[in-house]
Amino acid sequence: MSESLISARGLTKKFGDLVAVDGIDFDVSKGESFGLLGPNGAGKSTVMRMIGATSQRDAGVLTILGKDPDKHGPQIRAHLGVVPQQDNLDTELSVVENLYIYGRYFGLPRAFVKSKVEELVAFAQLEEKRNAKVQSLSGGMKRRLTIARALVSEPEILMLDEPTTGLDPQARHILWDRLFRLKEQGVTLVITTHFMDEAEQLCDRLIVMDKGKIMAEGSPSSLIKDYSTKEVLEVRFGSDRNQEVADSLRAMCQRIEELPDRFLMYTEDGESLLEKIYASGLHPKTSLVRRSSLEDVFLRLTGRTLIE
Amino acid sequence: MSMTTIRQGSAQLVNSEKVRLRGALYVAEARIRSMMKWIWLIIGIAIANPVLYLISVGIGLGGLIDESVGVAGVDGVKYLTFLAPALLAQAAIQGALEETVYPTIEGFKWNRTFFSMNSTPLSGVQISIGVFLAAFFRTVYTVLFYFGVMWAFGALDSPAAWLAIPTAILAGTAFGALMQALAARLENENIFFVVLGRFIMMPLFLFSGTFFPLTSMPFFLQWIGWISPLWHATELGRYLTYGHAISPLMLWVHFLLLVSMLVVGLYLSARLFTKRLAK
Amino acid sequence: MFIPMAVAIAEARMGKRGERFYSGRVPQLLERGFIVFRSSTWMIVLSGFVEPVLYLLSFGYGIGMLLPTIESGGESIKYAVFIAPALLATSAMNGAIYDSTMNVFFKLTHDRIYHGMLATSMGPLDVALGEIGWALLRGFSYASAFMVVVIPLGLIPSIWGILAIPAAVLIAFGFASCGMAITSYMKSFQQLEIVNMLLLPMFLFSGSFFPLSVFPQWLQFIANLLPLTHAINLVRGLCLGNINMALAGHAMYFVIMIICGLFFTTKRLNALFMK
Ligand SMILES: Nc1ncnc2c1ncn2[C@@H]1O[C@H](COP(=O)(O)OP(=O)(O)OP(=O)(O)O)[C@@H](O)[C@H]1O
Ligand SMILES: [Mg+2]
Repeated sequence: MSESLISARGLTKKFGDLVAVDGIDFDVSKGESFGLLGPNGAGKSTVMRMIGATSQRDAGVLTILGKDPDKHGPQIRAHLGVVPQQDNLDTELSVVENLYIYGRYFGLPRAFVKSKVEELVAFAQLEEKRNAKVQSLSGGMKRRLTIARALVSEPEILMLDEPTTGLDPQARHILWDRLFRLKEQGVTLVITTHFMDEAEQLCDRLIVMDKGKIMAEGSPSSLIKDYSTKEVLEVRFGSDRNQEVADSLRAMCQRIEELPDRFLMYTEDGESLLEKIYASGLHPKTSLVRRSSLEDVFLRLTGRTLIE
Repeated sequence: MSMTTIRQGSAQLVNSEKVRLRGALYVAEARIRSMMKWIWLIIGIAIANPVLYLISVGIGLGGLIDESVGVAGVDGVKYLTFLAPALLAQAAIQGALEETVYPTIEGFKWNRTFFSMNSTPLSGVQISIGVFLAAFFRTVYTVLFYFGVMWAFGALDSPAAWLAIPTAILAGTAFGALMQALAARLENENIFFVVLGRFIMMPLFLFSGTFFPLTSMPFFLQWIGWISPLWHATELGRYLTYGHAISPLMLWVHFLLLVSMLVVGLYLSARLFTKRLAK
Repeated sequence: MFIPMAVAIAEARMGKRGERFYSGRVPQLLERGFIVFRSSTWMIVLSGFVEPVLYLLSFGYGIGMLLPTIESGGESIKYAVFIAPALLATSAMNGAIYDSTMNVFFKLTHDRIYHGMLATSMGPLDVALGEIGWALLRGFSYASAFMVVVIPLGLIPSIWGILAIPAAVLIAFGFASCGMAITSYMKSFQQLEIVNMLLLPMFLFSGSFFPLSVFPQWLQFIANLLPLTHAINLVRGLCLGNINMALAGHAMYFVIMIICGLFFTTKRLNALFMK
């Protein structure tokens, strides 16, 4: 697990004056499942596209499988399966034709691609739509097809930019299952997502980005340990009363996040904190004690909620 | 600001009676505003197009034709004079077409603005009329520019020639309204553009007696002219600009046919807009 | 160890010239073209053929009544004989321009189809050549079909006229590669419309319907710079059997167009996709 497949040093990308990716360093080793988290506009997709050898960096060093994407784009892309954030299916073709021709773009032989297509149509659960034009698919079906398409060349590295956006729960679990199995076969995964449960499930290691910089790096559990407390107490007082009670709550624990509709209070022991609140004569409308999650880490690091 | 004040505000500001009366104008305003972004281009085309055609076909080819036919002329006049009214009507048709078909497909398909308009108090009928009004506006000034150029080229012989302006506009808007209706029920615009360009516009342009008298075509091709608004407008235009011989009955036939195309087009378009928005 | 076939295939090109841009996948793109064609509407297929025939019918017949013969190259020929080669050249241009502008623009911006293609081990030159190659195949079939119509009508006096078909393909290649280069610089649909609007003056001032000699000297000079003028002169020279060195000059014009067009298309597509 030490061989580094992807390695970035001082990786930078600018769009005019905007620095979308600001000199970041990271490594992804073989067989690893690597996640990129961050609020909208953090620069995740830009990093993904640079790794995918479809976007040229402005500064820094980037090597993928030991090669420089600026010099060996086609060779690098031969190893990759890419699911872009925005579907770019071939709208002039049907479902099976999309899978087939995409395999052909890699130069794969017809017979190989044809059998692969059958398997992928089943995987994407698009048997009934196999001859339908792409335009007539629903949003989630298109997404499934895009994901299936990325698998047609049996890639060594799978780049998934928000793969499950728009998928129903069943399709999402089928995808997760497939990704676990690919990982067992040694496929390296690079994933961005806005679903923290997905990140906790799928990723061995994560970076949290904001404004083009890396804010934190580590496994999901170590991030939670480092950037959050053991438990979180969520209390609601109703939108008109939140202001009044804020100061008294703030005095009761070390860290507190004020969301528009509720307070998140970070503590080692949620139940006893709640008792303390009642004891001080405050009566929250609702309260909930839960374990810290990646969501809390995210909130802490970026100061933003997940869904913007 | 809290939610409640917003609600009060909108109840005071939105006057549904006013929208009912003037809704189409709001739609037309939106269309004309977006047209204004390209206004210089549109004006440029409106001037360049007649200049190019009149120099090339009117004068270049016309010179050879005038030499060949001698004093008899084409329909008794110089080729340039013969050609000009047809080009005027063609320009009106082209301008109206572009301002009805593209915005309609855009509104229903490309960016679905008609659906967002329809979620305000605007109705399908109003949206349809609004788009048509904007196209009417474009047709009018295209024709005016064209007429100015024709005048500068000395292609207008009769003092009543300016009457060809309203007939050209009538033909343009009549055709525009029909095409707007057609575009409103379109699912696959790629095929439509090909059909429209090669199987509708091109035959109309080439077989409506535009470049030579319709009667010189073989009989089995003349029917294209009969159903073509371009031919009807051209006949009217030729009568008005140089006194092309035509019976009073036929004058009425040409005129009434164009008017009925306009009415049918507007009616169908309003209906199909409403239907598609509700789908 | 997990060695995907795609990798082995891509590595085979390692170290060859232009590996960044080209990976020899033109056949695959033609295959795509064929799949799309198979399910395309016959109306669209027919349309490319219909255009020159309609013009021939209208102008050849209608104007031919008013202007039965015309002077060209020192001899007097029937009007339809004069315009038929011009219509062939013009439709080669129109087809190539359509395929390489509107069509390409939508795939580039709206549907992002090329983005999908370039996420594979293909390079931008593959995409450009594949797209243009398909346009040429179509140009070839339309030119042949047009010849099948006009030869029996006696509108092609010379046996050299058969070379008008490869000439039409050359013309289409020149326009398609330049058209695609220009499209790749366009930001909006409206800008593209401007390009298409330039086709009309070109059509009107390239000597398709009458000899350019009717114009004053300065206008003739400008007309002689236009690519379509060279296209028409090339095809007309072949069809009328006026074979001379000037034809080679017209052909050279298109060879240069092809080279420039391909160069800028590749350069620009690379810049676009690597943004
Ligand atoms: N092609 C482009 N041209 C100009 N600016 C761009 C382009 N692509 C991205 N940006 C800008 O770069 C920044 C990072 O964008 P990026 O798409 O990488 O964000 P992201 O982290 O993927 O966000 P999201 O969660 O919304 O997908 C944003 O400010 C965006 O506006
Ligand atoms: Mg993104």
